[in-house]
Amino acid sequence: MSWMILRDLLSGANKYSTGIGRNWLAIVFIFRLLVYIVAAEHVWKDEQKEFECNIRQPGCENVCFDYFFPISQVRLWSLQLIMVSTPSLLVVLHVAYHESREKRHRKKLSASPGIMHGGLWYTYLISLIVKNGFEIGFLVLFYKLYDGFSVPYLMKCDLKPCPNTVDCFISKPTEKTIFTFFLVITSCLCTVLNFMELSLLVLRCFIKCCLQKYSKTFKSSVCECHNLKYVECSEIGAPRLFQIHCSSFDESVPQKPEARLLCNTQKD
Amino acid sequence: MDWGTLHTVIGGVNKHSTSIGKVWVTVIFIFRVMILVVAAQEVWGDEQEDFVCNTLQPGCKNVCYDHFFPVSHIRLWALQLIFVSTPALLVAMHVAYYRHETIRKFRHGEKKNEFKDLEDIKRQKVRIEGSLWWTYTSSIFFRIIFEAAFMYVFYFLYNGYRLPWVLKCGIDPCPNLVDCFISRPTEKTVFTIFMISASVICILLNVAELCYLLLKVCFRRSKRTQTQRNHPNHALKESKQNEMNELISDSGQNAITGFPS
Repeated sequence: MSWMILRDLLSGANKYSTGIGRNWLAIVFIFRLLVYIVAAEHVWKDEQKEFECNIRQPGCENVCFDYFFPISQVRLWSLQLIMVSTPSLLVVLHVAYHESREKRHRKKLSASPGIMHGGLWYTYLISLIVKNGFEIGFLVLFYKLYDGFSVPYLMKCDLKPCPNTVDCFISKPTEKTIFTFFLVITSCLCTVLNFMELSLLVLRCFIKCCLQKYSKTFKSSVCECHNLKYVECSEIGAPRLFQIHCSSFDESVPQKPEARLLCNTQKD
Repeated sequence: MDWGTLHTVIGGVNKHSTSIGKVWVTVIFIFRVMILVVAAQEVWGDEQEDFVCNTLQPGCKNVCYDHFFPVSHIRLWALQLIFVSTPALLVAMHVAYYRHETIRKFRHGEKKNEFKDLEDIKRQKVRIEGSLWWTYTSSIFFRIIFEAAFMYVFYFLYNGYRLPWVLKCGIDPCPNLVDCFISRPTEKTVFTIFMISASVICILLNVAELCYLLLKVCFRRSKRTQTQRNHPNHALKESKQNEMNELISDSGQNAITGFPS
């Protein structure tokens, strides 16, 4: 069990992402996961061994370390990475469920397999909101647990069994502070990307709905297509951006863009 | 998830790089990443454990170590390698976008005579021209900036590239000026100089690649204007012929066919 499993699962989710989603994934992999594995993990490796208090009282160091670091920053970092990556799996599961339904009914539930139905759009939206929630939640937790993002070199501790207020020294505080700030900055960057993606998806759907309503009133008297059915934005499926990305994996039937925009898929 | 993943990503971009770019990737992964992973990490493995100060005062060692080594050498190198490799992602994204557009045009029937099928498009080596030339050149420029910046940070943080065997430290809670001894200073100095030299070689390769790209563009442009000036009626045929010639010369052959009369 290692980070490779997370990487493989996320790479699978990459297929259904938008352009911004893929950028987000690249940032997560390279600036967060890779930096965590090759650098950050080693910085916190000997954190308890090198945590030293100015006292010989047995147990004082253990108690003080536990009080100041209820959970190690590096462990919190790895939890954050896992939690932030898992909402993408919702999308993968949804697609897998949809494909199994198609297999079970032994026919295509949508006439053009490259276009995802409306449910997937909502799943993707929910996954973005949950991702953002986790990012912000973990940042707030970090801030609250450690009283800010910088690691001090000295902490005063007077918990039992320490006989008085003792000085406790943390190992490599500057390096830990640098990596903590690195974590915070990449986390904020990912949050911004998620917000941008969310806004973009909502905006495109809104524009598409407006266009459809406009063309509905315009074309109602002149349309010659017998199987045409005009549906609302949420029913026709994902916005155009999604359709463009999804159709790159559709190698069966090339579709004209105007057909995608106006004509419905066949009702089953 | 490790350096292998980064190697896969950069290796993918390597297909579309110039020859100098390919040499750069080799230098990065063999002389820097591999040395970092198999040797440097072992040398710096026990750096804090074996950092010893001539005092029994608790906390003095921690504070002195933190003062002299705010960031460990190997962490700084790992960050440098990550930052220096990421501009190649810009090129990878641009190539992916270009391929996506080509596939979309192919599906609409626009490029059926150029490619046989989708696999052909995916296998095609994308030429460095037009907007991709700008992306590629920017990525090289950023690489140079990052390399230089990290080398400067190194020099600034450690007052040069040599590690002394003893450091004097008088920071609180150390009771007085104490001697602190670094573990394996000579070996660390050797590896530091090795990594810095590899960094310098990478900078030189990037500068050479930048010059090569600029010269290529200037040469191409001057050839085109010259052709248009000499044979204005055959300008279109000439430019197509020149493109073919460049294709041939780029793939390593020297034969240039004659101009059509």
